[in-house]
Amino acid sequence: MRPGLNLILYFTLGISVLLGKVLEVTTPTLQQVIAAAEPFDTVMVTGDVHTQTPIEIRKPLTLLGKNGAVLDGGGKAEILIIHHDSVVVSGLSFQNAGISFVDDNAALRIEKASHVRVENNRFIDNFFAVYLAQAAQCTIRNNQIIARNLRETNSGNGIHLWYCKDILVENNRISGMRDGIYFEFVMNGKIRNNLSENNLRYGLHFMFSDSCEYTENTFRDNGAGVAVMYTEAVKMHRNVFIDNWGSASYGLLLKEIRDSEITHNIFRGNSVGIYTESSNRVRVTQNDFLGNGWGVKIQSSSLDNEFTANNFIGNSFDIATAGRQNHSRFDGNYWDKYTGYDLDRDGVGDVAFRPVRLFAYVVQQNPPALILMRSLFIDLLDRAERLLPMITPPTLQDNRPLMHRVVHS
Amino acid sequence: MISIRELHKSFGPLQVLTGVSLAIESGKITAILGPNGSGKTTLIKSILGLVKPDRGVIQIGEQVLNGDCRYREDIGYMPQIGHYPENLSLNDVMTMLQDLRGGKHPTDTQLLEKFRLGKEMDKALGTLSGGTRQKVSAVLAMLFNPKILILDEPTSGLDPVASSIFKDALIEERAAGKTIILTSHIMSEVEELADAVVFLLDGKIRFHGSPTEILQNTSESNLERGIARMMQEAVHP
Amino acid sequence: MRTTGKIIKYEIRDIARSKFVLFYFVFFLLLTEGLLRFGGGSTKTLISLSNVVLLVIPLMAIIFGAMYLYHSREFTELLLTQPVNRHQLFRGLYLGLAVPLALSYGAGLGLPFLLHGFNAEGDVALLLVMIGSGIFLTFIFTAIAFWISVTYNERVKGLGFSIVLWLFFAVIYDGLVLLVVAWFADYPLEKAVIGFTILNPLDLARILLLLQMDASALMGYTGAVFQRFFGSFWGISIATVALVGWTAIPFWLGLRRFAQKDF
Repeated sequence: MRPGLNLILYFTLGISVLLGKVLEVTTPTLQQVIAAAEPFDTVMVTGDVHTQTPIEIRKPLTLLGKNGAVLDGGGKAEILIIHHDSVVVSGLSFQNAGISFVDDNAALRIEKASHVRVENNRFIDNFFAVYLAQAAQCTIRNNQIIARNLRETNSGNGIHLWYCKDILVENNRISGMRDGIYFEFVMNGKIRNNLSENNLRYGLHFMFSDSCEYTENTFRDNGAGVAVMYTEAVKMHRNVFIDNWGSASYGLLLKEIRDSEITHNIFRGNSVGIYTESSNRVRVTQNDFLGNGWGVKIQSSSLDNEFTANNFIGNSFDIATAGRQNHSRFDGNYWDKYTGYDLDRDGVGDVAFRPVRLFAYVVQQNPPALILMRSLFIDLLDRAERLLPMITPPTLQDNRPLMHRVVHS
Repeated sequence: MISIRELHKSFGPLQVLTGVSLAIESGKITAILGPNGSGKTTLIKSILGLVKPDRGVIQIGEQVLNGDCRYREDIGYMPQIGHYPENLSLNDVMTMLQDLRGGKHPTDTQLLEKFRLGKEMDKALGTLSGGTRQKVSAVLAMLFNPKILILDEPTSGLDPVASSIFKDALIEERAAGKTIILTSHIMSEVEELADAVVFLLDGKIRFHGSPTEILQNTSESNLERGIARMMQEAVHP
Repeated sequence: MRTTGKIIKYEIRDIARSKFVLFYFVFFLLLTEGLLRFGGGSTKTLISLSNVVLLVIPLMAIIFGAMYLYHSREFTELLLTQPVNRHQLFRGLYLGLAVPLALSYGAGLGLPFLLHGFNAEGDVALLLVMIGSGIFLTFIFTAIAFWISVTYNERVKGLGFSIVLWLFFAVIYDGLVLLVVAWFADYPLEKAVIGFTILNPLDLARILLLLQMDASALMGYTGAVFQRFFGSFWGISIATVALVGWTAIPFWLGLRRFAQKDF
């Protein structure tokens, strides 16, 4: 986009879908065209728009971008605010919504509206990209959200929901934001098939949002992974949590989660696959934990969680606990470190497996001891502890360790 | 001519050589005699550079021993018991020694033929008998036609036939002007071969002269008795 | 140097005919092949191998190195009566043992992988690091063994000391490090612990493997400090200098002793 060349605005025709009416506009601005349009008209934007003040939509309209049309906020303020139900925004490129340390400036804000669809847009270098406040029955689909921020304080979230209901977030690609997707006080939201990567903080940040589900998303290499907190009845299915590396990074951080399901997910190459704190009655089944530093870290305040039919392969530590307490159940998982036998050939090992190594506890207490990993001395300690648990939780064992990797149904 | 001046060597508290001075003449066979532990082997090994003396000077011809290893090109050494790399054959060892000297040194394999070692040439040395290995040692000592031969108990492991072949070879070598130093317990052999005798006791030279001088000095009829007398006199003068 | 080369040549010929080096090669070959065939995949094989490599190589190098020098005492004496310089001879003896050991290890490990290929891209780097650090360990522990056996004339003493030293580096040292870490838990020990690692060649080799195998764990918490250090130019330089030092210093001590020794 070259300044000076595209100050001329081309809004050709507002076409009423129902009436087929054509509106010719002279010396227009986009805001004037929108004001002149009838409800349910379609406004086509075919050229670049620069605006210093937010363009607001207060009637049901379709705003269509053509030929790569750009809406540029010039780094000053918000770009587009939707105050009315049934607005569709599609095919547009939004850029340079202004950074603010006071306001959550967004490229596109949906304020107290429902049935809004935001599809096939591009959001480049905005503070916040898509912001939904007190919205309902909206769809955010097929958008691409990119920012090149290096500092968390300079960046907002990719798709931000606050007090919303029945929202579908689908097929979006988000990178370089603070949080890729942010849910706070959302009911019945669905997050499906998105790619959220290289965000500065969380790929998905999820709080106080009961009865939501997220499926088939990929969260890759985010600063702190994914955080799901203070929520019940969350369904987490078929997601991929991968390469979330860092000293405070988790594939999935669970904090005060109740009665939820984590199934068919893949946790690969994260510093910690799942970190759970004060979470109760969470079912973790049919997941793959592959090559993580810690497969699962459980704080002792977690109760009645259930881990079954998961694969634990190539993790430096499979399970770590904070102390000798264990109130979770492990049953019928595959552990690549299991060295037991299966005399009756039923596919289930005949001796129980203790996935918690003494060394995991040692490292928890004395982090520098990590440098001793894979030392013969440490292996000897671990073996002794496995024979006679003195420090690791004696009840944390898988009584039916599988002999072969689970093939997930 | 090998000349040794004021040679001292101790192993820990044990004084083995205490001021040995000696001139060994070229073209002669010099026998070093003395009881066990008298310092014979240490003296020999000092000349070879296997043992590092504490003090003293060893000079071979014009060359003063100073850590340069080239003087050993002119020395052939036959150890008391020859141990060799088990998996190498005599052929390998001969090639190796040849190779180490740059591969152009003429070799003398007469003794090899006289000992009839031809069919043992390619056997691993570890499989050979003690006697055969001793023959190997003799062959290797003479292989490069050295000017100096140092032999530690050369005939002790040899059968009588091999022993006389070897002694004949030594006499030939002396005739060719070689300097030969040997140690032996077999006095008849010393009497037969030696032009000069060095008698060593407690790390000192007690006698250096011809075998006939020993007989004259001690008025004994043979060398064995002469030496025994000298030992007694040394202990109870 | 030419003499050294010749000594290496004949020693290798001698060693090649002894069963040990062949056995050593076949051991690594069969182990690697077996793990690849039945253990499932190159990643898992490499992780299993890492334990064996860190255990077996130092143990074998130190024991075989000491035994070899005692065993070849006569060979040494024979060569010392020849116009051969002691420094050249020692270099030749050392390289003549360390090189075949390192080669049979490298080939025993590498050949099966060439045959079966890799199933993860990081595995190539891991294998190279494993072969590289294994070769370093071979050279280091052979040098230590040579130093021990030129210092102690008695075989039993020398072998006993070798095994104790191995046990120290492989097990006891790490136990002491753990004690220190636990005792001084209130102090920031990350840098000190890196220092401890550099003082033990086995730990150093282990860390180099860790950085490849447990990158995810190392990215968390303290591990990031280690990762950053050993990933930096200075870290790599210091680690390399330490490994070279661990080879050179025992070798030099052995050489000095050998040059003064009576045979």
